[in-house]
Amino acid sequence: MKEFETIEVQTDLLILGGGMAACGAAVEAAYWAKKNDVKVTLVDKAAMDRSGAVAMGLSAINQYVGLKDGENTINDYVDYVRNDLMGVTREDLVANIARHVDSSVHLFEKWGLPIWKDDQGGYVHEGRWQLMINGESYKIIVAEAAKNALGTDNIYERVFITHPLMDGDRCVGAVGFSVREETFYVFKAKAVLASMGGAVGVFKPRSSGEGAGRAWYPPFNSGASAFFTIQAGAEMTCQEVRFIPVRFKDAYGPVGAWFLLFKSAATSALGGNYMVERRPELENWKPYGAVKPVPANLRNYLMMLDVMEGKGPIYMQTAEAIQNIAKNAGDEKAAKKKLKELEAEAWEDFLDMTISQAILWAATNIQPEEAPSEIAAAEPYFIGSHSGASGAWVSGPEDLAPAEYFWGYEQMTTTKGLFAAGDASGASSHKFSSGSHAEGRIAGKAAVRFCVKENHDVNYDESQIAELKERVLRPLKIYEENQDKSTQADVNPAYILPRSFMQRLQKMMDEYAGGVSAQFTTNKPLLEKGLELLSMLHEDSENLAASSLHELMRCWENIHRSYQAEAHVRAMLFREETRWPGYYFRSDTPKMDPDWEVFVNGSYDRASGDWTFKKVPITTIF
Amino acid sequence: MPSFVIPDKCDGCKALDKTACQYICPNDLMVLDKDAMKAFNQDPSQCWECMCCVKICPQSAIDVRGYADFVPMGASVVPMRSTDSIMWTVKFRNGNIKRFKFPIRTTPEGEAVPNGGWDNAPDLEGPVLYTEPESNGLDQLWTKG
Repeated sequence: MKEFETIEVQTDLLILGGGMAACGAAVEAAYWAKKNDVKVTLVDKAAMDRSGAVAMGLSAINQYVGLKDGENTINDYVDYVRNDLMGVTREDLVANIARHVDSSVHLFEKWGLPIWKDDQGGYVHEGRWQLMINGESYKIIVAEAAKNALGTDNIYERVFITHPLMDGDRCVGAVGFSVREETFYVFKAKAVLASMGGAVGVFKPRSSGEGAGRAWYPPFNSGASAFFTIQAGAEMTCQEVRFIPVRFKDAYGPVGAWFLLFKSAATSALGGNYMVERRPELENWKPYGAVKPVPANLRNYLMMLDVMEGKGPIYMQTAEAIQNIAKNAGDEKAAKKKLKELEAEAWEDFLDMTISQAILWAATNIQPEEAPSEIAAAEPYFIGSHSGASGAWVSGPEDLAPAEYFWGYEQMTTTKGLFAAGDASGASSHKFSSGSHAEGRIAGKAAVRFCVKENHDVNYDESQIAELKERVLRPLKIYEENQDKSTQADVNPAYILPRSFMQRLQKMMDEYAGGVSAQFTTNKPLLEKGLELLSMLHEDSENLAASSLHELMRCWENIHRSYQAEAHVRAMLFREETRWPGYYFRSDTPKMDPDWEVFVNGSYDRASGDWTFKKVPITTIF
Repeated sequence: MPSFVIPDKCDGCKALDKTACQYICPNDLMVLDKDAMKAFNQDPSQCWECMCCVKICPQSAIDVRGYADFVPMGASVVPMRSTDSIMWTVKFRNGNIKRFKFPIRTTPEGEAVPNGGWDNAPDLEGPVLYTEPESNGLDQLWTKG
């Protein structure tokens, strides 16, 4: 095995990740850092121009409150989020993001993002909170502002962070390695912001062949935030709240424009609209079953009931929707013009953010104005945004947070010096791209304040660093020492390759923890069996093998995923009810129970490997 | 629809220290075969089909082929990205062709000014962020009354 050089970087604020939250943190922190003589460093495992969930682009900004024009109030947004999450949300965090998010959107526009405008110069809304954009270069533009603010000398690309560096119970940096050359990195810092996204690939994807990478969320968001915060001992929240989006089948193209902008309906193959026919089912999930819009997980559930009754395929009635709009455009000429316009809008929706859906439509000769298209529930993902909620438990802002949700610095986890934003922070759903950026800005400012005020010496334990280096590079050694034990690199009794490790994880989660093939259903005995198998997977992670730096990254990505998996299984086991039936259904506790209208928080003790879970009351601020 | 490299067009970005596709791929999939001086996708099953490599390739040497496990053959979607717009050519399995052009940015490349021209300086204490409240379009940041 080649000798790895160790490079040490001393900084004050360390931003981990390069996506929307990290870019928001960078652009904000850079300003405060300059004023207060604080050094900021950002580390991204990819290239900032195209890293994170917005890498491909987006066709809409999903969070814009419109405060300046009095379109909505903060309370409106908090109501929407709380109801969508069946009552489980941190109102202080949601309100904090909502009051800053318009400012992020206005900055995006100044930086060069084309936002659609109407005849009066106002933003074109897709829905109440959503704006239409020409977003192919959304991430490039947002990254450009962050890079211009921070300076490229303070940015490390293609460095993959594996572990936190700890001084007792305080986080004082991170370690990782370059995926380009044999270099081990040690970043020493006063404050660390985890913003490395959510987790995809924990559950078996619907497409398990070449299309395995066609997840709705990017396959490169691999649980790094969850692992980092879990290992640092931070309290985690809503680990049971997975997110399952319903999208166009197989390629997972967006449905928002169809449902919201084009007012399209979805039906079973028999033609029935499950949102109408199954309305009585919503009674069972009151009060949240009675709110408008119907919570995302309940919409999923009503559709799943049709699927389970054998009424598939489920169709988005695109042709009907388009014809309806064209019909109302006026005379034949106007209708024709409108039809052409709608066609371009429909295709841009895919081309901006899910190009494969455009390919799939082209490959199956689908013209949306002529025939309907299939939709389906995707596999489960872990994100702190959309209608997901998993992430670290963080402090709210002083002026909004109840006393029990406030410990000095906005977005700081329960681990001193460790902050979280974007998909890394929990119980603050529906932040999307713009809210993640705003949350990153909130965290960036608070973390600089932490660097200024908590400016006492921290200890860097050199033996901890040496031990981490040995552990992080171990898969390379395992491979080298054992490669001669088989004529086949992928079949060797002494090691497991990261791909096999991932497939083992995905299969057990799929079958025991309520994945696609289990119709998102599980129970206590299944979860307990899953935990047993997970503990063996954890043991076998010691025998992961890597023949290259790329594979070494894959090894650690999958270890990261396995910790997100365990947190999820344990949280589902702890919560003895079913609260989000369209995300997972506990067949042994099939109803929503008012006693469980609480947060489920868990933390991990890295010395013993034990998890502790507890109920945390929900305190409302409105 | 994993990316693949057209050998006749790829020159391995020979004048550069690394290939453009290798630089940009968010999932570290594009690598250079140094003997052949041609790039390739080292793990098509982890490709998200974001087309970042296709858009950045100076030789237009990268294309995509629909995922073999669910996409019928014969279609293609090809972007041509310039500094302010993108042109897409969508070819259907039945031979139909559609072309779309969309804007991608309104400012010159590289010139995003971090504060957007709002140079407000609030206090390090308190919830008001840099550029606020002007960048919110408000006189003051909302707080709970």
